[in-house]
Amino acid sequence: MSIYSDLFLTFSKIGSFTLGGGYAMVPVMEREIVDKKGWLTQEEFTDILVVAQSTPGLFAIDMASHIGYKYRGVLGGIVGALGVALPSIVIILLIALLFQSFKDNIYVEKIFMGIRPCVVALILTPCFRMAKSAKITKYNCWIPIVCALLISLFGVSPIWCIIVAGIVGFIYGKYLTTRQ
Amino acid sequence: MIFLQLFITFSKIGIFNFGGGYAMISLIQDEVVNKHHWLTTTEFTDIIAISQSTPGPIGINAATYTGYTAVINAGYPEWAAVLSAVMTSLSIMWLPFILMISISKYLIRHKDSLAVANIFTMLRPTVLGLILAAAIMLMNVENFGSPTDSTFEFIVSCTIFILSFVGTRMYKVHPILMILLCGLAGLIIY
Repeated sequence: MSIYSDLFLTFSKIGSFTLGGGYAMVPVMEREIVDKKGWLTQEEFTDILVVAQSTPGLFAIDMASHIGYKYRGVLGGIVGALGVALPSIVIILLIALLFQSFKDNIYVEKIFMGIRPCVVALILTPCFRMAKSAKITKYNCWIPIVCALLISLFGVSPIWCIIVAGIVGFIYGKYLTTRQ
Repeated sequence: MIFLQLFITFSKIGIFNFGGGYAMISLIQDEVVNKHHWLTTTEFTDIIAISQSTPGPIGINAATYTGYTAVINAGYPEWAAVLSAVMTSLSIMWLPFILMISISKYLIRHKDSLAVANIFTMLRPTVLGLILAAAIMLMNVENFGSPTDSTFEFIVSCTIFILSFVGTRMYKVHPILMILLCGLAGLIIY
């Protein structure tokens, strides 16, 4: 088997069997890439993890393309990214095709009427878990609150919140280092 | 031209996404539901439910579905919608990919850099705000029913919401199991 098809198949396997997206994939990738295939060392894998967390884009795609890139250059990166994305694209396309004919079905509508409030709760739950890793204290808890209000009440684009936060963080950091 | 708009919009969503799938929900919602009206709130909520119960990153799932639905709603045939779904999914990936390749060496060398750390001390709480905003904006009449016009649906929805929150937060019920239970509840109650 050629290196690229091996790369593609390994990542599409990871893509098709990991529910819950992004971070759920990390241990699976580590086992496949570092332990089984030996494409990267543990240290290289950890480096990539750090970089994927600090670059924009989908975490799983970032990881896959970066691992592929590190192992076999640009083409390896493209193959890795496509491998991890393809199962999702195919599954969702099949569901979209099916859903088109099912969506006016009264039972499907009843099921989704029950699911919709649950989805809102499922978005809210990780906020509390993430508050810990984002180091939210009584001094900075105003940031998420103000940001949420700006977006939901005043229609400010989330993109602006990201840009402003990045710039403020950078300038504040500069200010801290010059003061020392 | 809807194809070009989808391409530009999802490229933008890709490059401004820091902080994973949940943060991306807010970005997609803002562009796809609020600005371009490609999907209704209920369609969008249904996609999140489907994304959470199928494998793969939520961003890809949402991009694929939006690319398909937006083109179908605009009156194009099915094959065009399938092409658009694939194109939309790829548009979310290409900019971060180029950026990653160009700065990965620099980032690995400076992974303990103060500047990057400082930017992220501000970005992390902001991303949390983005997710909160997504949840707030989904608490609407379309998803919960109206307290005056459809009181029964509203009360059932609020109960499901509270039970789902307590279930996943306090009792660590798996999200997919929670979705299945709530779907079953909807089928029985309504």
